[in-house]
Amino acid sequence: MPLDIFSEKGTPLDKQRFTWRELSPMPFSKLDDDAFTRVRVILMNGIESEAIRFQHLCGRMNQPLRELLARTRRVEQHQQTMVNWLVPPDQSPLETTIGYEQVAIEVTSALALQEPDAYLQQVYRFGLLEDFDHLYRYTALLDRLEGKDANTLLQSYTDICPGRPTSEEHRSPEDDIRNHYNGSTAQPITKLNALTIIAGEYQTHDYYMHVGPMFTDPVARQLYAEIASIEEQHVTQYEAMLDPAEGWMEQWLLHEATELYNYYTCLQQESNPRIKAIWERMCSYELGHLHAVMKVYKDTERRDPAEVLPKEMPEPFGYESHRDFVRQTLANEVNLRTVDGRFIDIRHEPEGEATLEYRRHMNSEGSPSEIAAAGYVWSPGTELSKRTAA
Amino acid sequence: MRQQTDTGRNLTGISTHPELIEQMIDGAREGGSTSPGDAHTLDKIRCADATSRAPLGSPPGTPSFKGKALKGLEMIKGNEPTVLFDKLGERLAFERSGVRLYEGLIAKHEVFGSWPEGPSRDDLEHFLSEEREHFDMLRRTIEQLGGDPTAVTPAADAAALMSEGIFKVIADPRSTLGESLEGLLVVELADNDAWEMLVDLARLYGQDQAADRFQLALEQERDHLSSVRHWVSSHSRHLARD
Repeated sequence: MPLDIFSEKGTPLDKQRFTWRELSPMPFSKLDDDAFTRVRVILMNGIESEAIRFQHLCGRMNQPLRELLARTRRVEQHQQTMVNWLVPPDQSPLETTIGYEQVAIEVTSALALQEPDAYLQQVYRFGLLEDFDHLYRYTALLDRLEGKDANTLLQSYTDICPGRPTSEEHRSPEDDIRNHYNGSTAQPITKLNALTIIAGEYQTHDYYMHVGPMFTDPVARQLYAEIASIEEQHVTQYEAMLDPAEGWMEQWLLHEATELYNYYTCLQQESNPRIKAIWERMCSYELGHLHAVMKVYKDTERRDPAEVLPKEMPEPFGYESHRDFVRQTLANEVNLRTVDGRFIDIRHEPEGEATLEYRRHMNSEGSPSEIAAAGYVWSPGTELSKRTAA
Repeated sequence: MRQQTDTGRNLTGISTHPELIEQMIDGAREGGSTSPGDAHTLDKIRCADATSRAPLGSPPGTPSFKGKALKGLEMIKGNEPTVLFDKLGERLAFERSGVRLYEGLIAKHEVFGSWPEGPSRDDLEHFLSEEREHFDMLRRTIEQLGGDPTAVTPAADAAALMSEGIFKVIADPRSTLGESLEGLLVVELADNDAWEMLVDLARLYGQDQAADRFQLALEQERDHLSSVRHWVSSHSRHLARD
């Protein structure tokens, strides 16, 4: 049954509380839980991180909103903690990285498939093939550095092979800017998709920046440096989809709606009952946030939130394998590049000189992504299984 | 290149700033603590969590693996093969990651060279190839018994967590071959005891052929351990004389 976001009020903001013990729940099991539980937890951490980031920036620029922002943000902080602390500590940072890239691949695919705007569909597919390649590079590193098989985490849902080579993803900044949707005509799902992917990529960038220096291995350090740089490019690309004419209040409404949409999507599909209960609680809290913000929106903007928000939450996107879609996209679009927001086929048109020069320079002392995955073809049980069987 | 024994600017001890340490001690004493108890107070939360939490994970179920599963189960005496599979999975993961450790050590050897009675490159290559053989033998054994050698067992997961620090030391370009071998010594000590226990476990389950293969691997691992011990102790003597 669709969620009517105007009639469902959720938990009032002043009733949303946690204890420290609640904020450190039992993690999901690296061995026993479905890979998509990991994917959901990682994405929702990103969604909350984006909520907090946005609410901080909004507060800097809007003094009258600061108290409500601080109250809401305090809850978002604790929601993020409760969600992110579900990640099991027996996952090494590199194993968690594999999870991050699976999020990027499967969620970007899902959003691309449900996006109504053809240009934005292309934006998603473009980023998808780059994150797909990152998974391949990190898999090679996991194999060669820790002797582990990434598929124990991917659970065979996601292919492991090269995408658009990471070494060719480095672009001059202007070539990461895309065209934005028109805020007055875009469908609500377009806006929810955009904020979802921005949240996902932003946290991926931050995670790689955080864990990269923790590696002692020099190839690992360089690979994280390289891929973190691409993730920053991806945030630029996806952020560019947003209409800058949408004001702070409208963006705040959309952010709360995005959080609710994503928790609702998680709730519908979660296989772990204990974690499903967490998604349900979060849905209720986000409804409370949304209604608090709707009230302020009416008071300050003198507009009806129904002009911005859908009456009912859109259908959840699928937490499932998008293998066929990824393979089709890879076959059709691996040769795409960008020039000034346009997508071009490298076989027929060159990239801009600024991008070529930037890439040449960055790769001039070697390409970590090519080195880490030199000759790498994934095999069950790691490449050592293949070598000893041969 | 700086040597392990060259003294430098290590700033971690209180002797670094003798003029400040009394102030540190006085400040801490005056500040006191804000709650009663001691380090054992942490045990309350740790025990509460340990009793309320699920284990790391479950042993993998025996797959219907090319029709061999039933045959494998029939081969195992007793009703609970999960312990054997758990430990087989642990050993397999250990040997597989052992190959990567030895690759790292060979790279160190290229940079740092050796010392009198230290390891040669051939020594390290030889041990690497034996680790690889052990991995392959275990993979085949698990398959013959109807198990899935690609699955991560709970014991393998715990062992990987325990080893993380050793991998980091060996991968660190700042650590010497000598320091890395101390990490390897920890690995080989654990490996030897684990192989001995695996031999016993296999016999307990009536898997005598597998136990015989494990015994051969154990003999090779004993040789590894003996060599690594010798390398580590000869390295300390070498540094002391230098």
